[in-house]
Amino acid sequence: MNKTHSDARSALAGLVKDGMTIMAGGFGLCGIPEALIEAIREAGAKDLTFISNNAGVDGVGLGRLLETRQIRKMISSYVGENKLFAQQYLSGELELEFNPQGTLAERIRAGGAGIPAFFTKTGVGTLIAEGKEVREFDGEKYVMERGLFADISLVHAYKGDTEGNLVYRKTARNFNPMMASAAKITIAEVEHLVQAGEIDPDQIHTPGIFVQRIVHVPNPMKRIEQRTTRKRETAPAGEEI
Amino acid sequence: MRVQLQSENGMLGMGPFPYEGEEDPDLINAGKQTITELSTTSYFSSADSFGMIRGGHIDLSILGAMQVAQNGDLANWMIPGKMVKGMGGAMDLVAGVKRVVVVMEHTAKDEPKLLKACNLPLTGQGVVDLVITDLGVFTIDKKGGTGMTLIERADGVTVDEITVKTEAAFTVALTGKPSNAA
Repeated sequence: MNKTHSDARSALAGLVKDGMTIMAGGFGLCGIPEALIEAIREAGAKDLTFISNNAGVDGVGLGRLLETRQIRKMISSYVGENKLFAQQYLSGELELEFNPQGTLAERIRAGGAGIPAFFTKTGVGTLIAEGKEVREFDGEKYVMERGLFADISLVHAYKGDTEGNLVYRKTARNFNPMMASAAKITIAEVEHLVQAGEIDPDQIHTPGIFVQRIVHVPNPMKRIEQRTTRKRETAPAGEEI
Repeated sequence: MRVQLQSENGMLGMGPFPYEGEEDPDLINAGKQTITELSTTSYFSSADSFGMIRGGHIDLSILGAMQVAQNGDLANWMIPGKMVKGMGGAMDLVAGVKRVVVVMEHTAKDEPKLLKACNLPLTGQGVVDLVITDLGVFTIDKKGGTGMTLIERADGVTVDEITVKTEAAFTVALTGKPSNAA
């Protein structure tokens, strides 16, 4: 089976429908599947539920789908960097479900691993636990959270092979591995596409069984949200920089 | 003492900001700032990261707060009626990290932030161990027991002043001389 597609649009062909639930990897703008998000915009599907830690920023990432009002609901942990998001949320156009970041990550991991629910101590005694089962284990209280499983997952990886095996780079890994496992169809965009066998099997982060379609997106434009640097100083003699 | 910083998006062993021109968009911390790696660095998924946090493998977390109650309750993520940005990883950090330290202004517009009970939605229930403000340092026995204790006051600040600006009940057990806390 050939998993590779020539471009993001063809990688999504026939998959995207109104009302679907879609996961999108990334933390802030780091490791987001930007080309695939753009292809969702072109596909034009509406009333989408997006599961993603953040909602991009104005004009970038999922912010692009807010512009076209394709998103009806977001399941996220933090959405602070997006004015359009706030506008649509306050006007009631956009539904929002906040999950603690670790709970969100674990819900996705669990969904992908066939675990329908789990107990966590995160959020016990807070708004997050309202309406959810709370149980005591070994004298401590835990709240039940459900696994998440989507129709489609969009992930970004540094390197992939024709089998769909993926390798992520640095902190661009974030939510991508769990999301790759937690959907009926996972589409991966990769910066480098190689033949099966070229990646050392010991170094593979996401096994290809989780990835149904793969598209080569060389040299993606990667944006930095908070550019922080330090000045290069001349080190005093005898000291390391 | 060797300190290792964990960044909740998926990195242990966080290094300093990069030199100008060496920023890497694939290498950011939880505040989305560009950072660097160290010889001790490892990368992992956000699920592994919060496994580390929730699983009690992290010793210390330092956070800001809107309100802290004398029983260790913490509120720092939402004000009802205002646009809420989200809790991010804060609820996981306070639920799972062994020791939680809050650093904050003692009051907000002259209103106390150290309260008998929080009236803002909680981030965690009975989670704070230590509060450092511009006026003093308090320990909290979050399992109940001895409650809140003032252990240090800032230079030039009297216990009376702290009492006036604190709603929470606390006992005084000053250790050492006044310091410039916070």
